[in-house]
Amino acid sequence: MNWNSASEFFDMGGHGFFVWGSYAVCLAVMTLEPLLAAQRRRRALQQAAQTPHGAAAARDEEDA
Amino acid sequence: MSILARDLKLAARRRIESLLPVVFFLVAVSLFPLGVGPEPQTLRQIAPGIVWVCALLATMLSVNTLYSGDLADGSLEQMLRAPASAVAVALAKAAAHWLVAGLPLIVAAPVIGLLFDMSGPALTTLVVGLLLGTPILSLLGGLGAALTLGLRSGGMLLILIVLPLATPALIFGAGAVDAVESGLSASGHHSLLAALLIATLAGTPVATAAALRISTE
Amino acid sequence: MTQPRTPLTFFTFSSPPRFYAITGVLVPVFWALAVGLTAVGLWMGFFVAPTDATQGEVYRIIFIHVPAAWMSMLLYVVMAFWAAIGWAFNARLASMVARSIAPTGALFTFLALWTGALWGKPTWGTWWVWDARLTSELILLFLYLGYIALTEAIDDPRRADQAGALLAVVGSVNVPIIYFSVKWWNTLHQGASVSLTAAPKMATTMLTAMLIMSLAFWAYAFAVVFTRTRAMVLEREQSATWVQDLARRQQGALP
Repeated sequence: MNWNSASEFFDMGGHGFFVWGSYAVCLAVMTLEPLLAAQRRRRALQQAAQTPHGAAAARDEEDA
Repeated sequence: MSILARDLKLAARRRIESLLPVVFFLVAVSLFPLGVGPEPQTLRQIAPGIVWVCALLATMLSVNTLYSGDLADGSLEQMLRAPASAVAVALAKAAAHWLVAGLPLIVAAPVIGLLFDMSGPALTTLVVGLLLGTPILSLLGGLGAALTLGLRSGGMLLILIVLPLATPALIFGAGAVDAVESGLSASGHHSLLAALLIATLAGTPVATAAALRISTE
Repeated sequence: MTQPRTPLTFFTFSSPPRFYAITGVLVPVFWALAVGLTAVGLWMGFFVAPTDATQGEVYRIIFIHVPAAWMSMLLYVVMAFWAAIGWAFNARLASMVARSIAPTGALFTFLALWTGALWGKPTWGTWWVWDARLTSELILLFLYLGYIALTEAIDDPRRADQAGALLAVVGSVNVPIIYFSVKWWNTLHQGASVSLTAAPKMATTMLTAMLIMSLAFWAYAFAVVFTRTRAMVLEREQSATWVQDLARRQQGALP
């Protein structure tokens, strides 16, 4: 074990800001990105359900 | 090479328009002392970088409409009829651009040398570098113009996609002058620049031809 | 680490519904892998790997900095590859995968730069250092942004895919040239003579943790890129029967 206490762990030898600043942004990006992608997929599915049946009508909708 | 002749004739007719790139170049370069301060030592040091960056920007801004005129009046379609000629078109258009927009920049370089109090050898190195580098910029710009043909955001987009590709030329060209100013020879830089020019001449017209087909299909 | 994507054959790429179905199964698997590998990697990195003699604890940023940098470079090449395949064989799915990779690659590049800055400040005193690696990474970010900007600016999907493919291939060819010129430039201007990746010899545990995190990022990339591709498939194939059926089934299943 490298750390004698939790506060030591968060302090990171005085460089806590830099270490956790890196990991926090990394976590934020890697949570936001998949959420946005999943949201895009759901929206695409909803859009598909709303277009009327028949390829021609759907294509006209897309051009609008 | 009738395309080349045609473009040159057009440029000759629109003389003011054709001089815009070099005027922009001079104006942009002159802004830097205003922003950085008039200290001669500083200016002498940053001069090659400024010249190259402004040459880059002037090229990218002027190459934007390289193909749009031909697209509008239908001549682009005619030029692209035969498959082999697309490469020739790309080469001819880039050559025309260099003659009209690139060469004047090289001619204007001594004026820059004066403004920034560059030494004789430094200025010579700069001019040689520009002679090798501006054709590269015209070729790369032509590729960008072909890719962004007809798009609304054309100008900025072209700059964004071409600038990373132009960084080696920028590095070798400006670096050559730095080398000479610190007493070293610029031959290494210029050899690399020459090699870059040959590689760009070999590859870019082919890519531009492909881009023209993609953009006009 | 550079294993080819074995479940994906060209047959899969020729059929959007099949691709959609298969990736629907694969994505959760990749998520599980990503989370599991991250847990192992970070445990190793924080609790097993020792304190560094010269840099203390701040070096532990390396466990996300280097994997992010590696992924940013790998994804660019992979993106260019699939874009080229899509262009050469008129394979729509390959082009869609390529376009889905771009945002993820750009984000990894950003993370590499961000973590690099936060590592550089306490270690070398400045937030930014124009060393060869970081500068190349910055230019790589511009290459990604250029690709995204170009493909998003073109409305016609086919033209957008093809133009993007050309740009990505041209970019890939240029990357070694750019890297070489930046290295040249950096050695001539001997300002900050330290490179961020000139880390002194690493303990085996550090290296292992770093490699595990790289695999974790790779699994993550698969998961998020496939999710985005699935979205793109649905968007582009909106009028197709299989999409319509799928959508209505989903609608029926919802409360």
